[in-house]
Parts: sequence; C-alpha cells; structure tokens
Amino acid sequence: MANIRKIARRTFLIGSAAIAGGVAFGVYQLRKDAPNPLVAGAGEAVLTPFILLNQDGVTVIAPRAEMGQGVQTTLAALVAEEMDVAWADITVLHGPPAQAYYNQALLGIALPFRHYADTDFRHSLRQGIGQIGKLLHLQVTGGSTSMKDGYERMRHAGASAREALKLAAAAQLGVAASDLRTADSHVIAPDGTRIAYTALAEAVRDIDLPDVELRPRSEWKYLGKSMPRVDMLAKATGTAQFAGDVQIEGMQFATVRINPKRAGMVSYDDTAARTMDGVTAVIDLGDGIAVVASNTWLAMQAAQAVDIVWQDAAYPAETAGMMAAIAAAFDLEPNSTVRDDGDVTAAIEGTEIVAEYTVPFLAHATMEPMNATALFTGDRLEIWTGNQAPVMTRDKCAAVAGIAPEAVTVHTTLMGGGFGRRAETDYSVQATRIAAALPGTPIRMTWTREEDMRHDFYRPAAMARFRGVVADGAAQLIDGQIAAPSVFQQSSFRQMGQVPPGPDRAHVEGAADQPYGVPNFRITGHLADLAVPVGFWRSVAASFNGFFLDTFIDEMAHAAGTDPLQFRLALAEREHAPSAGVIRAVGEMCGWTGRNTRQYRARCGVLSFLRDRHRTGGRGRGHRARHPH
Amino acid sequence: MASVAMVVNGKSITREVEGRTLLVDFLRDDLRLTGTHVGCDTSQCGACVVHVNGQSVKACAMFAIEADGAEVATIEGQANKDGSLNVIQQAFQDHHGLQCGFCTPGMVMTAAALLKENPKPTEAEVRSYLEGNICRCTGYHNIVKAIMAASGQDVTAIAAE
Repeated sequence: MANIRKIARRTFLIGSAAIAGGVAFGVYQLRKDAPNPLVAGAGEAVLTPFILLNQDGVTVIAPRAEMGQGVQTTLAALVAEEMDVAWADITVLHGPPAQAYYNQALLGIALPFRHYADTDFRHSLRQGIGQIGKLLHLQVTGGSTSMKDGYERMRHAGASAREALKLAAAAQLGVAASDLRTADSHVIAPDGTRIAYTALAEAVRDIDLPDVELRPRSEWKYLGKSMPRVDMLAKATGTAQFAGDVQIEGMQFATVRINPKRAGMVSYDDTAARTMDGVTAVIDLGDGIAVVASNTWLAMQAAQAVDIVWQDAAYPAETAGMMAAIAAAFDLEPNSTVRDDGDVTAAIEGTEIVAEYTVPFLAHATMEPMNATALFTGDRLEIWTGNQAPVMTRDKCAAVAGIAPEAVTVHTTLMGGGFGRRAETDYSVQATRIAAALPGTPIRMTWTREEDMRHDFYRPAAMARFRGVVADGAAQLIDGQIAAPSVFQQSSFRQMGQVPPGPDRAHVEGAADQPYGVPNFRITGHLADLAVPVGFWRSVAASFNGFFLDTFIDEMAHAAGTDPLQFRLALAEREHAPSAGVIRAVGEMCGWTGRNTRQYRARCGVLSFLRDRHRTGGRGRGHRARHPH
Repeated sequence: MASVAMVVNGKSITREVEGRTLLVDFLRDDLRLTGTHVGCDTSQCGACVVHVNGQSVKACAMFAIEADGAEVATIEGQANKDGSLNVIQQAFQDHHGLQCGFCTPGMVMTAAALLKENPKPTEAEVRSYLEGNICRCTGYHNIVKAIMAASGQDVTAIAAE
C-alpha cells in the first residue's frame, strides 16, 4: 500500500472528509494494530476481534449494527464461509465500542471521484483514506459501507481462525495441519476422526493466528446465496431485544419534550406536572424538559402538562421561507463543481430545455421512536441503545455524565429502523442526562411519535435548476445546479465540533457521478445557509439528485423525440461500457419496447436502481444487482 | 389500583394495576411480554396489535382493565406447541417478510386475524387488511407475499424476489 503520510497530504487537497484525520494525528498510530477489545473467559478463545469460540459454539462479533438491513447475517456468512462453521451453529452479537471495529470504507466514499470509473490509483487512495477511519475510531454503520468494509476483513478473520483450529487439532492428533480439513464446525483428520471446534476452544487459545489466503469464489458455499437471517426467529416470535425492551428492577420511565424550534427555553412552569400522582422528577435539559414517572404513558402526559415558553428558531418559521433560503444558495459561488465536462457556457445549437425541481424535508420516521435505557451509578454508566455509532455514543454520553469513556458500557441493541437517524447521539445523551440526575435509578426513556417527527435530522429539502440542449436526438449539454443545506457540514460540526473545508462531494452524489457521457456536462453544488437540522437519511443526497437528474433526462429524451431507454443507453455508451451493458440487460429483462404502458413502466422501474448498484459496486467485484425491496 | 384477571397466551394471570394502564404497557411492563411493540401510541402504526377474545385490537388504544376477563393472545404465544414457528411466522421467514422486525409482531397478529376471517384472501384483500399496519423498511411486498403463502396459495406469480 502507498505511504499513508503522502496519501494524507494529497487528500488534503482533494477531499474534505480526510482532513480531520490527516492533520490531527501522527502516522505511528496507523501502524499500531487496533487492540482487541474482547477478553477470553475460562474455556473460551478469542480469535480476532470478530470471533469468540467456547463450548457453546461460535459467536461472531459484528462490527456493524443491525437495523433490518441484514448485516449481522451477511457479516456472519463471511466469517462462516472461510471458517467452515455450520450455519445453525452461529450466534451473532454486536461488538462493544472499540477502535478494532472502525469502518475503513466510510471515508473513502467522500472522495470526489466517479466511482464507476475507479483507477488503481484512486482505489489505493480510497483504501488509504479508509485507514484514517481507524485513527478516528470510526465505528459507524452507514453510507452503505458495511459490505465494502467487511467483505475481506471478516473472511480473513474466519480463515485465520480455521487455520488456528487446524493447528490445535494437529497437535492433539499428532498429524500435520496440512493433512487436516474442516467442515461443519469440525476439524477432520485423514482417517475420518472429527474434532468439534467447540472441543478445541481451550487448545486454540494459545495459538498465534496464521495469516492465510482467502478461498477463491469457486469454492464458496454460503456467499452469493440467500441465507436464513440469524435474527429472523427472534423477530418472528417477539423475543428480539430492542432498547425499549430492557427491564431492570426499580426502573423508572422517562420522556422528553424538547423545543420543536430547536432552540432553548425562555421559561417553564412544571407545577401541574409535579403534582401528578406517580411523577418522580421534572428535569431541566436547557432546550426542553424530561419527565420521570412510574410508567411511560404517565411521563408523556406529564410532559404535556408542563407549560413551556420556547425560544424562537434560528431559521424561518415557515416552509416558504426555508425554500427561499435554499433558492438563495443558487446565487452563491458553488461549493463544488465535481462534474465539468466540455464547456457548458459554449453556444450549442439545438433545442433548449430548462426545469426547476423542489423536494421537501423528510423525517426518518423509524418504526421504533428514539429511545434508550440507562443506569448511572455515580462512577459508571451502562446504556442500552440501538445506535449506528457506538464509539461516538460512548464518548458523548461519558462527557455529559462527567466520567471517562472507559467507565461507560454501551449495549448496542437491535434497532427498529435506523436509516441514518440512529447515527446521531442526541437521544442516548438525553437518556444519560436523565439517568445522571437520578443516580442508582435505571431509566427507560421513550420519545413520543410526535417528538420523533419534530426532532429529526431531516433529509434536506433541496432544489435543482437544470438547463439542457438536445440536437439530433441526443443530449449535447446538461448544466445542473443543486442547492440544499449540507448534511456533511452539519453532521461534522455535530460530531467533531468543526466543519472540514473543501468540496462536499456527498451533496452532489447521484448527479455528478452518474455514468452519462454528455459532451458538455456540469453539476455544481450550492450549500444553503439554513439551520434546519439535517442528517444522513436513506442514501442521503442520491435520494433527491437521482430524481433531479434522471427526471431531467426524461424531459430531454421527450424533447429529442427519443425513447428514454435508448437515450440513456447512448449516453452511457459514451462514458462507461459496463453501465451501458446494465441498461441494455435491464431493457431486455423487462421486455422494454418503448411503449409507455403501465406494465412496462412498473417492470422497468428497477432500471435506475440497478445502475446505481453497479456504480457503487466499486471495482466490478461482483456485487449482485438486486430488485429493490 | 384495580385488579385485573385475564388469560394471556393460555395462561391465567391476575395483577393489580392503575386504572389508567394501557393494555400494551400492561403486557410489556407488567407481564414482560415485550414482543408487542409501541410505534406511535395513537393506534396508527399497528406494531401493538394483539388479539382480545379473538379480535385483533391495537393494544395502545385499550386499557388493561377493559381486557379484564378476556383471552388475550400476543406474538409470544403464536408458535406451535412444540416451539416450532406457526404457519404465518414460518412464511415470514421463508419469504423474507421482515427486516428490522419492529412491525413484525403486529403484522403477524393482523395476518392471523385476516386468515381467520378470510382463509384465501386475494393480494388486494391482504393489502387492504394491512392498511392499519405500517412498515418503514418498506418491506410490504414480501409481507404480502408471506401472508399469501401462509394461506396456502401459490405466490410465484406475485413477482420475483
């Protein structure tokens, strides 16, 4: 791999995400192995930070959190594939907050490249920048990076564990490890003797993990196949544990009522709430109040009974004002011009089309409202929280509790939906503050649905202005401007207290990075100065940019009098042959004839999705295109 | 405080509760049957659907004392006697009818109520019956497919996975 110091210096110039890591830390930290946070108990073996073996079976420690995307199943399958674990023998747990579980793929996606056309240099750069995630202890589930991050790492863990088990068995059997094979959670000797992995837990403890090559794809048993989800049984029988299912003796129930205008309080009067039978405490949180009571419903009723005068918002009171603030960003210098092919200012002959698009703020609206259960004992904090960022959660909770991060135990539970919302730490911090106000009392904090909708970090509202020129049935020019508040800047400020300079590539993803070869093609990103809280939401900017660009392309195809699929095919053929192949294949799969019947529209709806999957699939590593759920 | 007695998943129970205790909180916090979920507290999302005397109800819209003397069924009692999944639960597993799993208990209980009323529903009838149950992973397609399969119908025509 290329020298990381050089890479860090280069990224200073071209990326924005990398800067925080590039300048803040010395190179030596990169070379130090992240310590294994797992400690083996009696009769147990810890084989890498991802595998725990004991008499009961194999437990895979998932570095990423399960919110329905099936990641625990997939990560376990990667381990099991190399380790030869019988699928039924696998248990999966979420790992503790730890550097060892850093996400090496997350920062790589912030680079301003067209991912469909990665070169070797760019690939190395992406990997190098990913290493900075290790410095930042970036244990985050998000950005559709879990498979990119775990695809080799989890298999390497499984392969090393398998070879270590063979060495342990070889010592017991008095044969060479190379004569042994493994299958169905057993080591098998040439004479047919089978030793269960569980029986080797004690012996394998002291064996150094060998570094071994990964198996070729042709030998795969699990990967690439549909595997039964490891969480299916618990979820179908009601035994799955979410953060709000935690029961602790002596527990009290809390809710919060925070300023919906995201500012502070002028004053509040909790007299009525305090007199309600069963209300234990009303706590001043600065930007709102928390009520602790003998049950959740009572806490919610009491919170409503508090008379609060809110401070005003730092943003316009009405949607029209917010949209005006976004539109004003079109007149500002662009923050990014990631795509600038040809010359969009040149006079091009043809039919000109213009369009303006607007999309609203969207809440994540997870099925399970924000919640967390916490117990503060004076010098330690234990918190059960469905979250996508355990290290950040631990550190922020430690700070408000006034204790060291090491004194915090974070249990990352299953999430009843995350979608990026649970990458935020606000709700865990609130539960901690309530628990810290009542030391020794376990607190289960639950938001109302209304609180959840009003206190999201929304998918930004956004606007786009497009100008295009078609001639001879083809696109000659696309000039698109995209205006919205920046998720990346707001989120960086929330998590790190600073806003990295440089272009915000994520703001234009789904538009600037599409494999369309238009002779004159520019996409500029304009960051709106608007304090409405925004965050990472289900593909983030691609959710609106894909709509903007491809709707405009439909307009162009219509103006050109060309079939929309053929129109796109021509653009993709100019730019990226594999993408053109995908468009062609999908056209064939859905029997596209160009006739605009309902059936064809529905069946061809997968088109842009498939293309997007291909784009994010990186270097053609066989990410299988799938039907959207 | 009031005394309530009911049969929950075939087991007789008696508890002292505050009159204002919702059935869903009673199930979750008093009986520790946390499979019944609360997504909205206002009877819109359907995550808290249970059966009371055979009728599907949203447990967040009913007091525990209103279920006094009733037979209550929750997701925890849905598996077969031998512990294996019942036909609806198994169909959810076979057809990938859940993702985050938070809506699943309500979906399974609603599906059970539907199939009792209408053992061979059409796809349109399934979708209509589920209008009080929200899924935010947007997995409706496979949920509908699972319920159709649980009714013993061929689901291969309901579009490929």
